[in-house]
Amino acid sequence: MRDFFSAVIGKSVRQLARLRGGGSALPGLVIERLDPGFLPRVLGRLPYGVVAVSGTNGKTTTTKMIVEMLEARGLRVFTNRTGSNFSRGVIAAAVQECSLSGKLDADVAVLELDEAHAMYFIERVKPRFTLLLNVLRDQLDRFGEIDTTAKLLQRIADATTEGLVVNREDRLVAAIGEQTRARAGSAPEVREFGLSNALLSTFPSDDDFHAGSSTDASLSAAAERPDADVTLVELGDHEAVFRIDGEDFRTKLKLEGLYNTFNAAAALSTVRMVMQASELHGHPAKYRAQETPEDLIAALAEVRPAFGRGEQLILDGQPLDLVLVKNPAGFRLGLASFDPVGVGVMIAINDQYADGRDMSWLWDVEFGSLAAGGVATVSGSRAWDMALRLEHDDVVVGGVEEDLTRALQRFRDATPDQPRRIYCTYTAMLALRKTLAELTDVEDIW
Amino acid sequence: MNIYGDRGNVLSLSRRARAHGFAPRVVEVNPGDPLPAQIDIVLGGGGQDSGQGRVAVDLVARGNTMRDLASDGVPMLMVCGLYQLFGHRFLTHTGEELTGIGVLDVETRGGEERMIGNIVLSSDEFGEIIGYENHSGDTTVGPGSKPLGKVLQGAGNNPRDGVEGARTNNVIGTYLHGSLLPKNPAISDFLIAEAARRRYGSFEPAAGDDLTVQRARESAKRRPR
Repeated sequence: MRDFFSAVIGKSVRQLARLRGGGSALPGLVIERLDPGFLPRVLGRLPYGVVAVSGTNGKTTTTKMIVEMLEARGLRVFTNRTGSNFSRGVIAAAVQECSLSGKLDADVAVLELDEAHAMYFIERVKPRFTLLLNVLRDQLDRFGEIDTTAKLLQRIADATTEGLVVNREDRLVAAIGEQTRARAGSAPEVREFGLSNALLSTFPSDDDFHAGSSTDASLSAAAERPDADVTLVELGDHEAVFRIDGEDFRTKLKLEGLYNTFNAAAALSTVRMVMQASELHGHPAKYRAQETPEDLIAALAEVRPAFGRGEQLILDGQPLDLVLVKNPAGFRLGLASFDPVGVGVMIAINDQYADGRDMSWLWDVEFGSLAAGGVATVSGSRAWDMALRLEHDDVVVGGVEEDLTRALQRFRDATPDQPRRIYCTYTAMLALRKTLAELTDVEDIW
Repeated sequence: MNIYGDRGNVLSLSRRARAHGFAPRVVEVNPGDPLPAQIDIVLGGGGQDSGQGRVAVDLVARGNTMRDLASDGVPMLMVCGLYQLFGHRFLTHTGEELTGIGVLDVETRGGEERMIGNIVLSSDEFGEIIGYENHSGDTTVGPGSKPLGKVLQGAGNNPRDGVEGARTNNVIGTYLHGSLLPKNPAISDFLIAEAARRRYGSFEPAAGDDLTVQRARESAKRRPR
């Protein structure tokens, strides 16, 4: 009965929130107040339980890989796709997807937990499986935060009931694996993903940067270590070789970048763990229990990179992705993260202080991938700079309109009945979200 | 010579050359690489300070070749870091001295002030030049070179002189990013025309005006610094 009430209240709040153009996290907030047990109950009924993905870098793309590989095996996966990876966002997503009886139509949940909200989440829900990717300093890291983050990941590992997958090449994460193994009792089981010695120098760790690279010189000279559960043994251009159970599998990849390729090993190891576990309750629908490494690799080959800050709205009954671009690497990743065929594209470039005044960065991005479908609308205060840039890569531009509101209208008119994607700089995104909030459901920025 | 960035100039110049009926071949030269036998135009980009030291050493080793090419009228465009190294020297604010190749009569000191923002120059030859400056090098032009243009908006070579860039023979040095050439086809046309005359004896322009370039220039000019 309680589930029924929570589900109804949540859905009603969602409707109300929609009417006033509010955010999708609001129902989560309300449910959390009224029924703190909602999330553990709903997630606790899933046949395969909850998979948590954490670490400092690469969570979003790795989560996406795991979700898509599990879906390819016929499992129905619940995930926090909106990119709001804190409990309220998860609750809101659960409310949206569950039936009135409070049952989630899914076999397994795969949730990206960022360090800031992981504690809050694991106090309520115990992950059955956890993947810990890494603890990397980013350029902004202040001294001491690294160890705090490692302690936090240790606590997620401690809360995990059945299986832990760790990166053996990351000193801090590998140590969490060892500590978990050393703990009394058999649960959780610990598995590792890793690199062959030959690839170690390709992925310098933070410690290598500070201590010269004596570590990997001595390691490469050392005897080859035993294989990890999944080992990345070869890297090429959009191509990789993974070693699973002593056998090498070469595959093409749509993923971008070294780290995503390494994280594919993490995703493979995690999916194997889930597939080898037994159902906790009930039987998943349409599920194919027979999985071979070939099947997983085939699914992996189809995964495109996630765009970390992308957010999906529904406009005119079609999905609309808002993709924030602020530097060449991010723009390149954004372009690589989707198949442009049949997707309407708009680009909005502002040059306010928060965006950066200099347009030079647009010349460090290649836009050739948009040439086939063209760009429907270009907008923002530097729309003409962007149009000029596209012209240089022979990308046809449908229209140039500096005013964002008018541009959005033109874009909608030009791309009826198809999914849409808008690449925008920071202030252009804020302005577009404001306009979009009057048209559809847009999540509040917190 | 190509240090990271400013690849827009390469893209834009190639495109403009094709519009004039040429089939350009782009050769990227990194430190230590041999120079191609046929050189019609040389482009150089800006980079980060760390890369500049390596490039400086390599450039000095090629100094004679570059000076000969410049004397022979080969058109060149050197942006930012390579503009500085095409001068006599660059004195960093830590007191280190990087030797340049002296193709341009300029000298640069590491300044206290960062000159950063949208910039517009006026030049008798190229009309209005529109770009984005971002440097702390304080550059002065001697009698052997003339400035590329007068500063209408922005800082330029230094906060005092009201001029930007330097020019000797057909070699242009400037701090302007943007990238520079896409929004300033007049400079591309100059480089292409000089290269064509030197190699084929004449130049017949074939590329027309481009509305997108005009609009991009107008909107860039209206933007705050």
